[in-house]
Amino acid sequence: MATLEIHDLHVTVEADNATKEILKGVDLTVKQGETHAIMGPNGSGKSTLAYSLAGHPKYTITGGTVTLDGEDVLEMSVDERARAGLFLAMQYPVEIPGVSVSNFLRTSATAIRGEAPKLRLWVKEVKEAMQRLNMDPSFAERNVNEGFSGGEKKRHEILQLELLKPKIAILDETDSGLDVDALRIVSEGVNRVRETGEVGTLLITHYTRILRYIKPDFVHVFSDGRIAESGGAELADKLENEGYEAYTTKGGVSA
Amino acid sequence: MAEAQNIPVGSTTAGSIAVAAESTVATRMSAPPSFDVADFPVPHGREEEWRFTPLERLRGLHDGTAVATGAGVKVDVQAPEGVTVEAVGRDDVRLGRAGTPVDRVAAQAYSSFEAAGVITVPKEMVLTEPIRVTVHGEGGVRYGHQFIELGAFAEAVVVIDHTGDAVIAANVEYVLGDGAKLTVVSVQDWDDQAVHVAQHSALIGRDATFKSFVVTFGGDLVRLHPRVSYAGPGGEAELFGLYFTDAGQHQEHRLLVDHNTPHCKSNVVYKGALQGEGAHAVWIGDVLIEAKAEGTDTYEMNRNLVLTDGARVDSVPNLEIETGEIVGAGHASATGRFDDEQLFYLMARGIPADEARRLVVRGFFAELVQQIGVDDIQERLLTKIDEELEASV
Repeated sequence: MATLEIHDLHVTVEADNATKEILKGVDLTVKQGETHAIMGPNGSGKSTLAYSLAGHPKYTITGGTVTLDGEDVLEMSVDERARAGLFLAMQYPVEIPGVSVSNFLRTSATAIRGEAPKLRLWVKEVKEAMQRLNMDPSFAERNVNEGFSGGEKKRHEILQLELLKPKIAILDETDSGLDVDALRIVSEGVNRVRETGEVGTLLITHYTRILRYIKPDFVHVFSDGRIAESGGAELADKLENEGYEAYTTKGGVSA
Repeated sequence: MAEAQNIPVGSTTAGSIAVAAESTVATRMSAPPSFDVADFPVPHGREEEWRFTPLERLRGLHDGTAVATGAGVKVDVQAPEGVTVEAVGRDDVRLGRAGTPVDRVAAQAYSSFEAAGVITVPKEMVLTEPIRVTVHGEGGVRYGHQFIELGAFAEAVVVIDHTGDAVIAANVEYVLGDGAKLTVVSVQDWDDQAVHVAQHSALIGRDATFKSFVVTFGGDLVRLHPRVSYAGPGGEAELFGLYFTDAGQHQEHRLLVDHNTPHCKSNVVYKGALQGEGAHAVWIGDVLIEAKAEGTDTYEMNRNLVLTDGARVDSVPNLEIETGEIVGAGHASATGRFDDEQLFYLMARGIPADEARRLVVRGFFAELVQQIGVDDIQERLLTKIDEELEASV
């Protein structure tokens, strides 16, 4: 069973000619089949955790370990991490002019699976996955993320999640900027992948709204670069009622 | 990368639309067109038409010190049956019809060539195989002249292929009879040391169609002047260009479409990728719609993709309109870069860095490459693009 283990992770970024520590010792274990929600106020380091796990060059790991099934993730390049089974659904997917969605998806699937998918089966697979996400077939001929609406970008991310079948999926604020209909469609996509039991999900969100559609097994509250509190789904209800105030105040006092 | 008008790697993008003002197209030139090199002063580099060009790398083509070697450049023509291929003297009356040299190097070439190549496709002949002109440099210096004429309603594809190492100044003329269709592919696949300066002048007959692909990969310095004018109404010109500018290379394309006749069309699309320290691409796109050219329909576009730091693009579209009675006129220029965020996105989907770069560059050029329609050239271009990219990683 695939397991992602994060131990005492410290991460810094360079900003305004100064080095700033964003993650200050994160411990978390995500197993295949589990869904962990990471919640927290703005600036608490949630997205930094997501991008650090995926290997974004902007972030420097200054301490700690990350392993996937015992293998050192931090030693891997970005593409190696993806091929090892890590997937990051991005909050702000970038435009790639000149590269069509269909070409991109096939190139990516070929890289992840280690061989080019059989064309006929692949076309069918993509078409069905797009239908399930309410995506028009013409989408495949558009350039990656170019001129996509916010909702289209997120559906495109979840389309990749469904096609690439990672061991560990990190969803970085996939719910932000979505209206209720889009949120439902996207959540259904995530749930289809979860129901296979093959994926461990790290759901990063600012709002409790998405947790009505995607039920987490664990909820972690992120504050000031580390996990401040962990619990079950009931912790989300507490946050729904009380907000992050208790955690931000605490952060404020210690700072 | 989308519509970045100015990007922080030294690119400049500027453009202007002048309406019935003083002709900027004319003032771009420091001397009027002439066949005689003596009519052009030796450029010093501050003239509008020379300000982007590193004169010291022209190997004397601009100041009269480059002496033709006689040998060292091989020109070969392969043409299907029925096509006439001749070598003619300087006094042949056909020469110079499509256009007059507009700068000192083109005039130097016109004043210095010993024999001109003339290729004639008789009227109504439709060729199924391309005419191939190969220019292969073996270290020589050459002043060349090539004249290609299609009779009325003739159809042909011409591939002019430049390889090897040479210092060349040349004029190439295309004369299209009424209703003729000519596709020209000029490939500049030079070795790293080559210097190539040429003017390509096309004169498009009534209802004729001219399609040009200018493909520049190699050379130390390549500076081309593709120019088009019309001999009658109903003419159409499509000018396509691809360039891949590497470290230290200077590749300059200076276009002029002169809408001097009513009811003609032109469409210009040039795309370039750049990588490496000192890679410099220059694109000047001049379109002039003269007062008598009512019913003109024109569009020009230049796109640049900067793959690494240290490269520079100067892109200057310029549209000059002397009549409002036109169908359409527009231009666009954008220079963007393949940035770390795009690379991260593709790599985060398992795609290795070199393949990610290839995917983006191939995608960028694909729409143009597919339109060439000459299979071996298309394949060679794609291979070339891959080689260029591999050299960079």
